[in-house]
Amino acid sequence: MTNAWTDIKNTDLVVVMGGNAAEAHPCGFKWVTEAKAHRGAKLIVVDPRYTRTASVSDVYAPIRQGSDITFLNAVINYCIQNDKVQWEYTKAYTNAAFIVKEGFGYADGLFSGYDEEKRDYDRSSWDYEFGEDGFAKVDPTLQHPRCVWNLLKAHVAAYTPELVERICGTPRQKFLQIAGMIAECSSPTKTMTSMYALGWTQHSHGAQNIRAMAMLQLILGNIGVRGGGMNALRGHSNIQGLTDLGLMSHLLTGYLNMPTEKEVDYKTYMASRQFRPLRPGQTSYWQNYSKFMVSFQKAMWGDAATAENDWCYHYLSKLDVPAYDILRMFELMNQGKVNGYICQGFNPLLAFPNRGKVAAGLARLKFLITMDPLETETARFWENHGDFNDVDTKAIQTEVFQLPTVCFAEDQGSLTNSGRWLQWFWPAATPPGEAKADTWIMAQIFLRMRELYRKEGGAFPDPILNLSWQYHNPGEPEPEELAKEINGRALTDLRDPADPSRILVEAGKQVVNFSQLRDDGSTMSGCWIYSGCFNEAGNNMARRDNHDPDNTGAHPNWTFAWPLNRRTLYNRASADLDGKPWDPSRKLLEWDGAKWVGYDVPDIAPTAKPRDVMPFIMNQEGVSRLFARGMLRDGPFPAHMEPFESPIANPFNPKMRGNPVGRIFESDVAQFGTSEEFPYAATSYRLTEHFHYWTKHNRVNAALQPEFFVELSEELAREKGIAGGSWVRVWSKRGSVRAKAVVTKRIRPLICDGKTVHVIGIPLHWGFVGAARKGFGPNSLSPFVGEANIETPGYKAFLVNIEPSTAPRGGVVA
Amino acid sequence: MSMANGPDSPRTAVSNPPVQPMASNLGAGDLIRRSATSDLPPPTRQLTPVAKLIDVSKCIGCKACQSACIEWNDTLPAVGENVGVYENPHDLTENMFTLMRFTEWVNPATDSLEWLIRKDGCMHCADPGCLKACPAPGAIVQYSNGIVDFIHENCIGCGYCVKGCPFNIPRISKADHRSYKCTLCSDRVAVGQGPACAKACPTQAIVFGTKEDMKKHAEGRIADLKSRGYSQAGLYDPPGVGGTHVMYVLHHADKPQIYAGLPENPSISPLVQSWKGVTKYVGMAAMSMLAVGSVIHGVFGRANRVSREEEEEAERLVEQGDETPPHDPRERRP
Amino acid sequence: MSSSAAKPPAKPRLVYAQPGDAVEPGKPVTVSRYGPLARLNHWITAGSLILLAVSGLALFTPSLYFLTELFGGGQNTRALHPWIGVVLFVSFFVFFLQLWRANLPEKVDVVWLSKIKDVVGGHEENLPELGKYNAGQKFIFWGMVALILLLIATGVMIWEQYFATYFGIPLRRVAVLVHSIAAVLIICIFILHVYAAIWTRGTLRAMTRGTVTGGWAWRHHRKWLRELAGLRRAETRKTGPAE
Repeated sequence: MTNAWTDIKNTDLVVVMGGNAAEAHPCGFKWVTEAKAHRGAKLIVVDPRYTRTASVSDVYAPIRQGSDITFLNAVINYCIQNDKVQWEYTKAYTNAAFIVKEGFGYADGLFSGYDEEKRDYDRSSWDYEFGEDGFAKVDPTLQHPRCVWNLLKAHVAAYTPELVERICGTPRQKFLQIAGMIAECSSPTKTMTSMYALGWTQHSHGAQNIRAMAMLQLILGNIGVRGGGMNALRGHSNIQGLTDLGLMSHLLTGYLNMPTEKEVDYKTYMASRQFRPLRPGQTSYWQNYSKFMVSFQKAMWGDAATAENDWCYHYLSKLDVPAYDILRMFELMNQGKVNGYICQGFNPLLAFPNRGKVAAGLARLKFLITMDPLETETARFWENHGDFNDVDTKAIQTEVFQLPTVCFAEDQGSLTNSGRWLQWFWPAATPPGEAKADTWIMAQIFLRMRELYRKEGGAFPDPILNLSWQYHNPGEPEPEELAKEINGRALTDLRDPADPSRILVEAGKQVVNFSQLRDDGSTMSGCWIYSGCFNEAGNNMARRDNHDPDNTGAHPNWTFAWPLNRRTLYNRASADLDGKPWDPSRKLLEWDGAKWVGYDVPDIAPTAKPRDVMPFIMNQEGVSRLFARGMLRDGPFPAHMEPFESPIANPFNPKMRGNPVGRIFESDVAQFGTSEEFPYAATSYRLTEHFHYWTKHNRVNAALQPEFFVELSEELAREKGIAGGSWVRVWSKRGSVRAKAVVTKRIRPLICDGKTVHVIGIPLHWGFVGAARKGFGPNSLSPFVGEANIETPGYKAFLVNIEPSTAPRGGVVA
Repeated sequence: MSMANGPDSPRTAVSNPPVQPMASNLGAGDLIRRSATSDLPPPTRQLTPVAKLIDVSKCIGCKACQSACIEWNDTLPAVGENVGVYENPHDLTENMFTLMRFTEWVNPATDSLEWLIRKDGCMHCADPGCLKACPAPGAIVQYSNGIVDFIHENCIGCGYCVKGCPFNIPRISKADHRSYKCTLCSDRVAVGQGPACAKACPTQAIVFGTKEDMKKHAEGRIADLKSRGYSQAGLYDPPGVGGTHVMYVLHHADKPQIYAGLPENPSISPLVQSWKGVTKYVGMAAMSMLAVGSVIHGVFGRANRVSREEEEEAERLVEQGDETPPHDPRERRP
Repeated sequence: MSSSAAKPPAKPRLVYAQPGDAVEPGKPVTVSRYGPLARLNHWITAGSLILLAVSGLALFTPSLYFLTELFGGGQNTRALHPWIGVVLFVSFFVFFLQLWRANLPEKVDVVWLSKIKDVVGGHEENLPELGKYNAGQKFIFWGMVALILLLIATGVMIWEQYFATYFGIPLRRVAVLVHSIAAVLIICIFILHVYAAIWTRGTLRAMTRGTVTGGWAWRHHRKWLRELAGLRRAETRKTGPAE
């Protein structure tokens, strides 16, 4: 989230698209009801299904899953056509005026530089024109034909209300009503918030879905302001923490990148990360990259990391592929290239796409370790449960170790919420039986492995032997110790560069925040963006001061928000070029002539002059990007792409399947179905009664939503002779499930490209262990497709068929 | 307002409970009605009437209220099956005192779908039909704050409350044969807390406070709904049962029945009224009069005795045969 | 009757006498009115009806709720009442099979009813000769039949423990009202019946010993007695005098 949950109450218009906030985030959704009740805010829901969120919306429009870019580009087009643009903001705070290189182009659904063979773009033409001075060329008048604004205008011109109706199936009038409501938020005193979740991310073009809305929010002037922003609703209480702390195969902590094999040494690695400002006087905060990187390396290897050895850069793994994401790991398992798999707090058998492939992968492992507070299907993947897990147990040789862990309520630590708040929590109960903290398990594995390396050597024992492990009890690091390590401390006295006699931080003391980190080895910090969470003032994450001066929703002394306890990112953009708030009634920051003051920690140097330094300090341009340069693999502008399995062909290029650079494996191509064989558009989602595959173990939740079902329209049910509450079989090219049918008016057939498209909704949450009835999930059916940029599986749009059926074998009562 | 017996009704459900133990604030002196009891002493004080307001237009149907209700009351509904709907359990049960009822309704005025989600449960009528019907003294009570509560140790499981209730709320347990329903968390209210469902509701679609405050709150909500085009938005506080201590804000207050059959103008059924009224009084009178009349007739009247002559007539008949003509020659068998 | 007298048959056609009914000469004459099974049924029915009335009244009006203590409290009262009703129903059903024919209405019943003053006044001499039952008894019999049917039907509908789900609440409301009205009526009939049995001296023994005296039969059910006497003579002729 750029903003915080509590800030949503400040908005005038909530657009829930690519998510179902009321259903999946009911507690956060309270802020929408606050905005509605106290500001008269309106709620728009655009979704293939009339969801629980839609039930409290002012306007609902149906949309075919996977066609959001078309809808959003059309809204952008509508705003441009109707002059509903926050011009001052757009001109000053976006790269609208930047001039793009000659050679950049877009035709037949593809940008310049596409290589069909490699399924990749040569992105060199997706860049600015640079001047002699090395700065990007701009045309503040927006007259230049190749300025970003004119390219954008041309790019979205094709996205008309008619095209929306054709591709999305959204009735034209509904689209126009919504576009009109959104366009009103171009007023500096009206803001819109975007609340989205996995309905946007889990597509092969997920990043572009989000970019389209971000661009719309930028031209409306809604980024950085109260009640605005791009607000990703994270699906787990700590999934934000997961990405922040780099639990992704291509990331280190704090969004530092894992080196690639081409970056053979530290110098090469840093060379591409100089992040020099592209416009004069701009901040380009990533210029501090090396401070964070070195501090991270010092946190990893302590004294072993020295300037001479490039801070142990050679200890870091180097990626030979873009990422070892989950799909790739299971692909490799299927190829027999993975021996063991530690599955910590995850249930891949149900949670990952194409269950058949996942199960086959697990069966080829030598060993599988699961760490979970609950019994998972993954740990039992070898057990036959009739139709619910029809495996030949004897044929599976994988050795499975189930390590019971504590659950969140039995542990302490911090959880990072969608609003980037690090909230400390305390145990409420004692763990049962043999359950152990994950930290204990990891420490025990580490200590034993280190001992083996110490005794037996090995190919490269150094990163293990030298790993910094300075904990009070090495066998079980305490959460506070880890939090302090993440915050970082001075390793030697930190002196004021302006006045070397002045010691800023004594050796051994916690740094105040990442502004004190250095790249000379004098500081360490496990995750720079979290720095400030546990400094000498104490555990800031444990703060519970609920005060909110002037009811801005900032609650500055409630826990700690990264970065620097900042509640709204890009908050400098809440004020105009002179530093006056766009909307005085919703002031966030203001330039008082000498510095920035207000309710939030300024997202800019406190004394940076308003007309000189632009608000988007993390970008080299100093401004936000309507044109993303080569930063995304699938285009600098979002363009319509169909799902890999789609009921209609891409009108821009009928031959193009899915995202032209979406990540697919050769072995999966044969498992894509066609709309002839599988005529119905399926999507998967959560229900509010359950949380993933956890709460089916809880009898209360199980009673509230006991059994797996699929949802379909009355029209399709009639056509197929399916009665509500009866058994149906749903199958895709990859698998087959049986479910109870929920026949509903909430799903209506869409007319797309002249074709009737029936949507089938498949909620997850059921498996073959737990208190609820046995069931399947959508992932026996979903495709093995990775998002083009970050390899997130595309769970949200695939093709299936459906027929009336009978109860599955194996007893539905778990 | 007398507060002699301790604090008055709580004003909200959002406050957190105090840590120290508290004495219950709802006692025998707070009863204004007690089932099958005619000699109930007047209450020792008047508590401020409370109410739970359910804003259907804010409700997202998340069932947090159902979970909270289960947790607080320590009930455990069975894990059922899917029968093609979102209601689970499928109905109120002795283990499920509140239930989200989902209705897919196409508004004929706009031709657009509305998913009406209503939290069903006891309405806590000012004139409770259950209490009226209940034959067991003290099994159903009404406090001066308006809460209608079932006192299970006095309940006999007859199911009369089921017939008395105009909203089809009470459920009789098959296990212990006692009637169960929402208590408006009388045990929480008694210690200054609001109902568990209101506390758990993430969108504050369920709010709790004094009935007056809730009516005012509803006014604001109705104005908001009217501004969004729901011209018939209104408060559901049906006068037929004297008003209720659970009220709804409805977008379509003119059509309560579209919300899963919420009665349009509920009142205690005339059948129940006459059963508990005229039938009881006339019936008791008739039976008593007849019994008393019989006794009087028996005591003061002459018994119908068989005479010696009649015995002899019979003996003669049996011994000599029936030679005499019948007593009344006109009479013939058909 | 005169026709049967004119042409004495081997075996008289029986109109009022029921199987088991017989006269035994003596002083006084003994007339068997009810066999052991009928008496058993009667008393089961009677006992059930009393228990039902007591338990039902306890639930009918709070002023009599204390009667539940006789059954071990309200819960037991609630649980037992319908089962007793089933017992009554079954027992009465057998009783019904035994008695219904003799309770079919006749024209003479109208005459009897028209002289109800003489009935109440005990002026039997003014009343027509009757068969085994008079119109009052028949009224009680058929009243019981109708009310018991009504009570069992409505009772099942409001039998919460087993049948609540089969009937809608509106129907159950009707049922509970009908059940209570029917109960009031059956209690009234019951009172009449008991009172009549006591007031008409010599009646009770019909349901205890199973017999009445010849005089009682002569006074109240003379046609029935005549028939039995005739029957006895016919049998005596066939088999020879018993002496």
